[in-house]
Amino acid sequence: MPKLTINGTEVTVDAGKTVLQACEQIGIEIPRFCYHDRLQIAGNCRMCLVEMEKSPKPIASCAMPVNEGMVIRTNTAKVKKARNGVMEFLLINHPLDCPICDQGGECDLQDQAMAYGLDRSRYTEHKRAVPDKDLGPLVETHMTRCIHCTRCIRFATDIAGVEELGTMGRGEHMEIGTYVEKALTSELSGNMIDLCPVGALNSKPYAYTARTWELVRTETIDVHDALGSNINVNARGREVMRVLPRLNEDINEEWISDKTRFAYDGLRRGRLDQPYVRKNGKLAPATWKEALSATAGAITGAGGGSIAAIAGDLACVESMTALKDLFDQLGSPHRDCRQDGAQLDPSVRAGYLFNTTIAGIEESDVCLLIGTNPRWEAALVNARLRKRYLRGGFRVFSIGPRLDLTFPVETLGAGPETLEAIAAGGHPFVETLSAAKRPMMILGQGALARADGSAILAAAWRIAVTCRLVRDGWNGFNVLHIAAARVGGLDIGFVPGKGGLDVSGMLDGASSGKTQVVYLLGADEIDVRRLGSAFVIYQGHHGDAGANRADVILPGAAYTEKSALYVNTEGRVQQTKRVVFPPGEAREDWSIVRALSEAIGARLPYDNLAELRQRIERAHPHLAERGVAPGAPWSSFGHEGRMDQAPFRSPIDDFYMTNAICRASETMAACSALYVGSTAGKTGTHG
Amino acid sequence: MLSDKDRIFTNLYGREDWRLAGARKRGDWSGTKEIMAKGQDWIIDEMKASGLRGRGGAGFPTGMKWSFMPKKSDGRPSFLVVNADEGEPGTCKDRDMLRHDPHKLIEGCLLGGYAMRCRAAYIYIRGELIREAETLQAAIDECYDAGLIGKNACGSGYDFDVYVHRGAGAYICGEEMALIESLEGKPGKPRLKPPFPAASGVWGCPTTVNNVETIAVAPTILRRGASWFASFGRPNNTGTKVYCISGHVNEPCNVEESMSIPLRELIDKHCGGVRGGWDNLLAVIPGGSSTPLIPKAVCDTILMDFDALREAKSGLGTAAVIVMDKSTDLIKAISRLAKFYMHESCGQCTPCREGTGWMWRMLERMAKGNATVDEIDMLLDVANEIDGHTICALGDGAAWPVQGLIRHFRPVIEDRIRTARLKPLPTAAE
Repeated sequence: MPKLTINGTEVTVDAGKTVLQACEQIGIEIPRFCYHDRLQIAGNCRMCLVEMEKSPKPIASCAMPVNEGMVIRTNTAKVKKARNGVMEFLLINHPLDCPICDQGGECDLQDQAMAYGLDRSRYTEHKRAVPDKDLGPLVETHMTRCIHCTRCIRFATDIAGVEELGTMGRGEHMEIGTYVEKALTSELSGNMIDLCPVGALNSKPYAYTARTWELVRTETIDVHDALGSNINVNARGREVMRVLPRLNEDINEEWISDKTRFAYDGLRRGRLDQPYVRKNGKLAPATWKEALSATAGAITGAGGGSIAAIAGDLACVESMTALKDLFDQLGSPHRDCRQDGAQLDPSVRAGYLFNTTIAGIEESDVCLLIGTNPRWEAALVNARLRKRYLRGGFRVFSIGPRLDLTFPVETLGAGPETLEAIAAGGHPFVETLSAAKRPMMILGQGALARADGSAILAAAWRIAVTCRLVRDGWNGFNVLHIAAARVGGLDIGFVPGKGGLDVSGMLDGASSGKTQVVYLLGADEIDVRRLGSAFVIYQGHHGDAGANRADVILPGAAYTEKSALYVNTEGRVQQTKRVVFPPGEAREDWSIVRALSEAIGARLPYDNLAELRQRIERAHPHLAERGVAPGAPWSSFGHEGRMDQAPFRSPIDDFYMTNAICRASETMAACSALYVGSTAGKTGTHG
Repeated sequence: MLSDKDRIFTNLYGREDWRLAGARKRGDWSGTKEIMAKGQDWIIDEMKASGLRGRGGAGFPTGMKWSFMPKKSDGRPSFLVVNADEGEPGTCKDRDMLRHDPHKLIEGCLLGGYAMRCRAAYIYIRGELIREAETLQAAIDECYDAGLIGKNACGSGYDFDVYVHRGAGAYICGEEMALIESLEGKPGKPRLKPPFPAASGVWGCPTTVNNVETIAVAPTILRRGASWFASFGRPNNTGTKVYCISGHVNEPCNVEESMSIPLRELIDKHCGGVRGGWDNLLAVIPGGSSTPLIPKAVCDTILMDFDALREAKSGLGTAAVIVMDKSTDLIKAISRLAKFYMHESCGQCTPCREGTGWMWRMLERMAKGNATVDEIDMLLDVANEIDGHTICALGDGAAWPVQGLIRHFRPVIEDRIRTARLKPLPTAAE
């Protein structure tokens, strides 16, 4: 480990670190614009200049690797002068529009100008103006403000894996852009807004809607996919104004997907803000009392055997637990949290978790994707796979549709016949997988949410065992979920009890009249036409498919409006926090179930959230530990059986339209139309 | 004056045949195999002993540069890259070598490449040099046909290829790291150092980048011996050098002369003197546009070599002497150079991208006298803020002419500003 002297202090740092990192290690802050921990080093802003002994010129500390015996000075007059000079150069062509700039208040240039800027400008020539670029519905540009740090280019190229941004022109005519103007085609493009040190790249939906100092920031988690990305939700009054990522090295590092970031306007539209009861075929506004008594009447009238409950993809652990407890009291075993019909085995936790963990991907050397499109199902898992790929020595194979995942994928086959061949040991890939030091497999919902899902799960299990995916300190078997509620639902056993029906059984029952009451806990992604003449109770926050069909609507809270537990695909328990209150009459979901239990006369034994959480933690001790993914013991799961030869396909056809919140979002609709929607059948007047 | 027998570039003016037969008559490709047989270390030692310093401008000792290359490969091949992207205003020596004496360069590539254990040489030639690139390629083809390069080059048992790569005419691509980027097919934006090219250059392999002249003189040095070459010039500034003299002289020319020749002798002997006589001299830019100018008083006695010019706060650079007589508007001249640097700045790093344009705009105003006297200090301050703060030397090269102008001709600028102020303001017609 090299030892160097910085401002007279000796410091020992790991070899391969840079001078800037060494300075940070002893608490000396070096100003920078282009340097970013997670991006390649560019060294172009020249703000981080420091003096190095024996070097006639000051050096860029961000790019200089540490060496034994280096003597660095960061506080000399020469350094100060150099930084002042760079600052002045950055400012001469930067517009003075801070008062109307969205970056104002959280701008690196503003902040550092306070420390290194002159108090007045010496520049009397004309300032440069640069035409703005249209980068699509998410990223707004003000290119005159650009300081050419190239962070956005490096993010797009390296992290997002889309080589769409670059520099054009030379010298002072250099511009950042896509050359042929086009929308960025990354699911992570919003992160460039955070990376941009100035106001050149802003959030288009958020533009001019708030100033940063008006916002109340709440640290919470995201539910748009099953990763539980850590986010910071910024609200003003009762409105969510924007969503920013929050650092969590184990899950999302410091990125979030565009859906997580931009779907928030869906929280304002199409909300259920009061109870409804269907009267004469029409949903009519009602009071809570009316709605609850109508619900209680239907449930008690039907009796335990003919009521069923389906939990949707956004349901929290608390509401599912309360509903399960209520159904237990009513004697109904018909409940399911797998509205897509995924054939997961709830009895073996390791059989439905992402056991390797997301961060664990970085240790893997061979990865087999089965029936999954991680780019759309979990954009940040895909970003991790790419990060691992960029480091070298990583091969990714796939059984399923051919996809552009931003890194090379070797396709082995399209469907179960390839999986069967590998499971039987006759496929040449078996050797590759067995020879790997840290092999992993990612089983997507596209392979499980089908009639033969259990047989596919069994085949995957067999591959995991024969190719030794599970070994000392390593579990390479992974199920990638797409629903935030799913693992929590499986953990607490929101699955058919003894003799209970699963989702397709319930829908068959409803069609045939055997199931008389169906309770939809935010379940919108089912075929509501198959609900037949059943009495449908919809508890949720958006007027989506489920609410449309409902006979009673009980308005609930969205993920930003309640404190609730979610378990991510790794089995990591995390908690959302209330950022704003639910709109109108809407209530937190667990309390709705609790109130209903009283109306039915089967009172649930908890009066507040703390008591409910105690009940959950007593029954499922592993849910008491927050923020960690301890894994689960390995055993056998799945049922061997015949497999249908239909090829695998990802369950997500449209990344931007996966749940009720996205479907209510105008931003997501614009993205969907632009990136996913086909142009076929559209006339020139569309849009 | 250097005698003809001691000239290395005996066909600098293209009076003889540039082809292989003609080159052989002038002594090229003679005993190449024998020189190679003396071994790689011998060649490098001989280059060190000759005292040859890089002819591209920076003047780094060539033998030492060659010795940085790995002696044992770690699996990566090594490459020699010849910088034929001659773009420094005032400089036109490499062009004449390429079109009239290409075999010197090719032989130099083989010997230098062999000494540095290179797999191949890439000659990165400036895009505008179209005929020169054709001549060079024809000469390379001749060498392949004659077995001088390629498999078993010159019968030495060593395999060595030479490729010509044509640039697109960007000045910045003459900077070694930008040249490497450009050679790899990327935009010509200089890479950060470290890593230095000898550790990781073109395609991440050990690379040495040398100027055309540096490589082209190597075979003659190795044939005639290091002591012969070292006998010219002063210690630490040895050898012969091709000077390019342009501007206000009676006969502008390229001429090979001994290092450390007095500037006055160079101009008087080879260029027919300054237009209007030596006393009509105003200033000289001694080493290509990026070196600071020196006024006549310095020109009277200065020796043309690295150390003497450095002492005079200028530099030998590429030895492209731009002579300016008293008819020159120096502010306008330096402003034109500033415009060139603004145009050629790659835009990658802040001081050069923003500062070069600022300097040009100020100089344009100053040339018209439309400035204040305080702004001269501000201009110098801006130049100093660029100098030494950029990724590559283009920023330095842009700042130096301005610094030179202010250092020696500040009163001229002040006068211009004052005179302009004295002019009556135009009044509206009554």
